[in-house]
Amino acid sequence: MKKTSADVLPAVGGQGNEPLLAVDNLHVEFHTRAGVVRAVNGVSYTVAPGETLAVLGESGSGKSVTAQAIMGILDMPPAVIPKGEIRFKGTDLLKLSEHDRTHVRGQRIAMIFQDALSALNPVFTVGWQISEMFRVHRGMSKSEAMKKAVELMDRVRIPAAKQRVHDYPHQFSGGMRQRIMIAMSIALDPEVLIADEPTTALDVTVQAQIMELLAELQRESQMGLILITHDLGVVADVADKIAVMYAGRIVENAPVYDIYKAPAHPYTKGLLDSIPRVDQKGHELYAIKGLPPNLLDLPTGCAFHPRCPLRQENCVTDAPPLYEISGTRGSACHYWREVLDGERR
Amino acid sequence: MANGGEPVLEVRDLVKHFPLNQGIVFKKQIGSIKAVDGVSFDLHRGETLGIVGESGCGKSTLAKVLMALERPTSGSVKIGGRDIGQARGGELKRMRRNIQMVMQDPYTSLNPRMTVGDIIGEPYEIHTEVAPKGDRRKKVQELLEVVGLNPDHINRYPHQFSGGQRQRIGIARGLALQPEIIVCDEPVSALDVSIQAQVINLLERLQNEFGLAYIFIAHDLSVVRHISDRVGVMYLGKFVELGKDAEIYDRPAHPYTQALLSAVPVPDPEGRERRERIILQGDPPSPANPPSGCRFRTRCWKAQEICAQEEPLLQIRPGTGHLSACHFAETHDVVHAG
Ligand SMILES: Nc1ncnc2c1ncn2[C@@H]1O[C@H](COP(=O)(O)OP(=O)(O)OP(=O)(O)O)[C@@H](O)[C@H]1O
Ligand SMILES: Nc1ncnc2c1ncn2[C@@H]1O[C@H](COP(=O)(O)OP(=O)(O)O)[C@@H](O)[C@H]1O
Ligand code: SF4
Ligand code: SF4
Ligand SMILES: [Mg+2]
Ligand SMILES: [Mg+2]
Repeated sequence: MKKTSADVLPAVGGQGNEPLLAVDNLHVEFHTRAGVVRAVNGVSYTVAPGETLAVLGESGSGKSVTAQAIMGILDMPPAVIPKGEIRFKGTDLLKLSEHDRTHVRGQRIAMIFQDALSALNPVFTVGWQISEMFRVHRGMSKSEAMKKAVELMDRVRIPAAKQRVHDYPHQFSGGMRQRIMIAMSIALDPEVLIADEPTTALDVTVQAQIMELLAELQRESQMGLILITHDLGVVADVADKIAVMYAGRIVENAPVYDIYKAPAHPYTKGLLDSIPRVDQKGHELYAIKGLPPNLLDLPTGCAFHPRCPLRQENCVTDAPPLYEISGTRGSACHYWREVLDGERR
Repeated sequence: MANGGEPVLEVRDLVKHFPLNQGIVFKKQIGSIKAVDGVSFDLHRGETLGIVGESGCGKSTLAKVLMALERPTSGSVKIGGRDIGQARGGELKRMRRNIQMVMQDPYTSLNPRMTVGDIIGEPYEIHTEVAPKGDRRKKVQELLEVVGLNPDHINRYPHQFSGGQRQRIGIARGLALQPEIIVCDEPVSALDVSIQAQVINLLERLQNEFGLAYIFIAHDLSVVRHISDRVGVMYLGKFVELGKDAEIYDRPAHPYTQALLSAVPVPDPEGRERRERIILQGDPPSPANPPSGCRFRTRCWKAQEICAQEEPLLQIRPGTGHLSACHFAETHDVVHAG
């Protein structure tokens, strides 16, 4: 008999108090000709059923590489995972065979990519691409799978799904293509959905449609959602909790309300302070000075120290661990108390 | 800081249509894409006009026509009181000098094989009168300093700079000919949040220093509000609303503006469950075949008979203090970002 994903992993519930998905002290390096790129340096986060975790950070901070490691789609080499665990319902995915991993990928944990146009195959109809999920993973016949594809397109609210199922990706607008990507990703009822900047290339009007759709799908199915973004507005709108990444590390994690009220890391605070506000019109915007770090040559001690307004001597030499502020909050700053008590602009 | 006096730029009934062709060997024009379809506004010295609207509504096309990179189908663009379409020879050259552009993508808009010095100094090749050959290097170094880059880096190549620094190079190039007007087409969209604020501050500082007037095109509505004195909202090639920043953001009168503003996520989770949101359905119709009457009517929740028959003109409507193009315009308080 063919192995199903249920044979590889428990169908429901985790083991004990194990969250749905737990990334634990993950390290990812790329061995390139220019040197070793330390893209992910000890990232930990968890997501529970029905929960939305937002992963926030500027480009190059390691958000996508972490997601690719969870999905098991990193090219190894050049990528190497020297340390860390990725536990799905208690099972470390990194210890599974590639064959067992394919039962998790796309079925139990699915992903929506940043760029819907290049993630879809231009030479197949969207119906064929969506129905492929059912043919390959559920062994359905062509016509059965096509019927399911139309249902899914309806579910992600693509108008006239019955006719449009025969159209090619380039015949759809950016927002509609993102809906097709979402349809493919939820086809097999995954328990975790990773959305990597799903609305970055889209207009705010379309972004609002897509975010509403994701929230509805999540409510229906209690998926855990990992939303990767750099948009502080989107995060405030939908996240339950946030992990802020900088130079391949989590520098702060917290429930969404806490972090907007009082950030506990100077980088998070800098990001929040640099949002233009009405009462600041006519004044200079607050700007984090300096440039994002070079991952080939990370600063010593705290990676944020060259840009940090609160830097002290020990920051240059001692890398701060992720200090526990409370059961649900952490900050990788030696001076998180001062930041918490500090004034917001 | 909008001030009165003579406008530096006057745009009247500007139209740009692109031919829509069918067939590969025997091209036959079967229609036209109405990218810009009747836009009028003034821009004053030292003023910033923000332009917002969904992808494909005609913002970049408008920018290109203003820059005389595209010929308008009809309508006029006056710079310093003179119609650019009528100008020839030396006069046209002087007028072109006066309006410069900063583009969206700092990664592709700079020639990778040219040094920074050559990129910034390139406009002097055409406009030799601004900087005689012997002066150029010094001029370019001054410009590097003005935009916050190290003047010693004049011989470096674009790939040796970060995205934010490349955008500064683009700005320095835009300043080279000492224009009065700079058209910024999405100048910070490709940059990281932490770098965006630096570039916006730079643009504002330069405006104060040199009395520049900006056309500022961007999709981040809170950035546009921060930098703009007035804002024009575009939909399918037309302005649907035009007014001071506070008028547009706090008292929008056009349903499209109201929907656009309400779609912007507020960067504060407090009270997010209670937030009122107008979610527009579908995409904008094709600019090749815009709806009759009001172009927004296919997505408008207030549409009536008359909206299909009669085009609403951009004018001051009863109960509002600024221009809007809706038969049923009424101001509406929106809770929105920044
Ligand atoms: N050279 C051209 N030939 C034909 N159509 C064109 C041309 N340039 C632009 N268009 C069309 O004109 C319309 C307006 O395009 P434009 O680039 O001005 O939009 P935009 O508002 O700048 O959008 P975005 O926000 O995506 O930059 C679009 O439908 C576009 O496809
Ligand atoms: N295949 C690769 N080879 C070398 N470096 C890579 C590769 N993929 C990603 N990186 C590097 O890893 C870092 C993190 O990338 P990524 O996770 O994509 O960032 P983001 O937070 O923007 O999603 C970046 O510096 C990127 O250049
Ligand atoms: S550890 Fe030091 S340098 Fe790093 S964020 Fe905290 S104060 Fe700044
Ligand atoms: S004119 Fe009619 S369709 Fe157009 S915006 Fe106003 S109410 Fe809506
Ligand atoms: Mg990424
Ligand atoms: Mg454009």
